[in-house]
Amino acid sequence: MFGDIFNAQFVASSIRVAIPLALAGLGGVFSERSGVINIGLEGMMLTGAFTAVAVTNFAQNPWVGVLSAILVGIFLGLIHAITCITFKANQIVSGVAINLFASGITVFFSWLLFNETQIMVKANLPIWGLPLPSIGEGSAFVRNLIVIFAHYSPLVYLTIIIFILAHLILFKTPFGLRLRSVGEYPQAADTMGVNIVKMRYIAVITSGALAGLAGSFLSLEQAHFFVKEMSGGRGFIALAAMIFGKWTPLGTAGAALLFGVGEALAMRLQGVLAVPVQFINMVPYLLAIFVLVSAVGRAVPPAASGVAYEKEIG
Amino acid sequence: MKSIKKFDYYILLEKITPLIAVICALLVGAIVIIMIGENPVFVYKTLFSYAIGNRDGWGNVLFRATPLIFTGLAVAFAFRCGLFNIGGEGQMYIGAFLAAWVGFTFTTLPAFILIPLCILAAAAGGALWAAVPGILKAKIGVHEVIITIMMNWIAASLSFYLALVYKAPATEAMIAAGVKQMIPHTKEIAQAARLPRLYTILNSINIDFPAHNQVNVSFFIAIGVAILAYYILWKTNLGYEIRAVGYNSLAAEYGGISVAKNIVLTMVISGAFAGLVGTNEVMGYKYRWRQEIFTGLGFNGIAVALLGKNHPLGVVLAAILFGILNYGGAIVNIYTKGRIPRELIMVLQAVIVIFVVISDEVVKRLIRQRRKLV
Repeated sequence: MFGDIFNAQFVASSIRVAIPLALAGLGGVFSERSGVINIGLEGMMLTGAFTAVAVTNFAQNPWVGVLSAILVGIFLGLIHAITCITFKANQIVSGVAINLFASGITVFFSWLLFNETQIMVKANLPIWGLPLPSIGEGSAFVRNLIVIFAHYSPLVYLTIIIFILAHLILFKTPFGLRLRSVGEYPQAADTMGVNIVKMRYIAVITSGALAGLAGSFLSLEQAHFFVKEMSGGRGFIALAAMIFGKWTPLGTAGAALLFGVGEALAMRLQGVLAVPVQFINMVPYLLAIFVLVSAVGRAVPPAASGVAYEKEIG
Repeated sequence: MKSIKKFDYYILLEKITPLIAVICALLVGAIVIIMIGENPVFVYKTLFSYAIGNRDGWGNVLFRATPLIFTGLAVAFAFRCGLFNIGGEGQMYIGAFLAAWVGFTFTTLPAFILIPLCILAAAAGGALWAAVPGILKAKIGVHEVIITIMMNWIAASLSFYLALVYKAPATEAMIAAGVKQMIPHTKEIAQAARLPRLYTILNSINIDFPAHNQVNVSFFIAIGVAILAYYILWKTNLGYEIRAVGYNSLAAEYGGISVAKNIVLTMVISGAFAGLVGTNEVMGYKYRWRQEIFTGLGFNGIAVALLGKNHPLGVVLAAILFGILNYGGAIVNIYTKGRIPRELIMVLQAVIVIFVVISDEVVKRLIRQRRKLV
C-alpha cells in the first residue's frame, strides 16, 4: 500500500497541486513586502481561471489564454492598488470586494458567453520535457526520474524560473531592497527618496499578475475546465503558505509544496481509507489552520503591512 | 458663522456616502447593461417596479433581506471590535444545520418549546463555529481572516456529510422513476418547529397578501436581533468594552479591559447572529437543511455591513436594498429571458463596496482638511 501511494506519480502530482498555491503566495509576498495586504488573491485567481478558459476557447490557443489571465490579474491588481494606495481605503475590505466581484463577474460572463457555468477547455497546453518510455521499456528508475523532473506543462518550468527571479529581485537588487524598505519603514524609505506610491503600485500589480497566472494553471492544467467558485479558498491557502514561508519566495514555495503533498495525499487516500470523501476534502483547510497556528511567533510580517502611508507635512 | 455651516455640510456628506456609492454602482451597472445591448432604463424600471411596486414584491424583498440582516449584523458587530468575521458562511451552515437537527429529532415537543429550542440551536451552532477563530485570535494571535475562511470550507464539507447521514428518505415517486437523490437534503422538520408565514397573520387581520409569498416570522426575529445588537453595543458595559477594544486595543488593555475576553465574546455573539439565518431558511422556508439555499449569504453580509456603516439600523436598510436588488434582478433575468444574468447583482454589490470605502475615505479627508482650515 505504501508503495502504491508514495511513488513518482505522487511527487509529480504534489508539484502540480502546489503550483497555483506557490504562484498566488508569491503574489502575496510581493504585495505584503511593499506594505499592502492582498486578500483579493482568491478573486484574482478565480477571474484568471475563467479568463484563461474563455479566451483559450475563442482563440483556440492556450498561450493567448494564459496571457489574458495575467492581464486580467493586472487589471484587478490595479483596482486594489487604486483603492488601497491612492484612496488609502481599508485593504481587507478592498480585497473582500474584489473576491465578491470575481464570484459575480465570472458566473455573469459564463452565462452570457457560454450559457452554462461549467466550461470545458478546448485547446490544451503541450507537455514539455523528455518523452516517457512506456512501461517495460527502459528501466523504471529512468522513467520515474522523467516523471518527477522532466515531464510537465510549460507553466511548471515557468513557475520555477519565476521563483528564482523573484528571489534574486527581492534580495539581490536595489529595487528589491527599496520594495522591502517600503513595507518595513516607509517613512525612512521616503526620506531616502524612494517613491512609496510607485513601489507599492508595482508590487500590487505584480501580485495580481501572479494570481492571474495561478488561476490559468488551475483551470487550463489542473482541472481542464472552468466551474464557478473553482478557486475554492486557494487564494487564502496561498496566504497561509506565504506566512509559513516567512514572506520569502523560497519559503513560500516550500510551504506550497507542503500543501501540495497534503492535498495529493488526501486525493490518493480517497480510495484506500474508509473515510467519507467530505472529510478528505477538509484536509487542505485543516492543514492551513494547523500551519498558521504553528507559524505564530516564528513568522513576523513586514512592519508596515496593512498600513496606508501618510506623508508627514510640515 | 459661514465656516461652521460649511462644516455641517460635510458631516451630512459623510452620512450619505452609502447613497453616493449606490448611485455610482447603478451607473456602472447601466454601462454593463448597455454593453450587453439592453436598455438600462427599462431594466432598472422593471427591477424596481416589480420589487417594490406591490405587496407581493415587498414580501419577496423582505424575505430576501432577512438572512442578509443576520449576516450583515454578524459582520458589523465584529467590526465594532476591530475583527473581520468573514466566516458568516460557515457559521450559518452549522447554525442552520443544528436548528434543522433539533427540528427533526425532537418531533414530539410542542411548538412553544420546540421553536425557541430550534432558534437557540441555530444561534449556538453559529457561536460554536465562530468561537474557534475567536479563541485562536485571542490566545495565540492568529489573524481571524484566513481562519474564518478555512472554517467556511470545513463547515461546507461537514454539513454536507451530516446532510448525507440524516438524508431524507427517497419518496415513492423517486423510487418509481429510479431517480437518485443528487443534492442531499435532510429530513423535514416537525410541524411544531416551523415559523408561520406572514400571509397567515396578515390574512387573519383582513389584509390581502398572496399565500405563495415566503416572507415569515423570521423577519421579525431579524429586526429583534438588530435592536439587541444596538442595545448590547451602546447600552451595556460589554458593548462599551467591545467598542473600546475596536477603537484602540492597547488603550483598552491599559484601561483594564481584557482584550482577549472581548475578542472571544464578540466572535461568539457575531457567530450566533450568523447562525440565526437558519430561522429563515430552515424554519421558515424549506423546512429542511439544503446546502444551496445558503450560497453567498455570508459574503453578501460583508457588503451589507459596509453599506450600513456597521450600524444596526444601517444594516437593516442596506439588507432591504440588497433584497430589492436580488429579487428585482431575478425578475429582470426572467423578463429578458436570461440575457441579463442575475449575477449582475453580485457585481453591483461588489462595486457598491468599493465605492463605499473610497467615498468614505475621500469625505473623511475633506473633513480633516476643513478642520485644519477652520
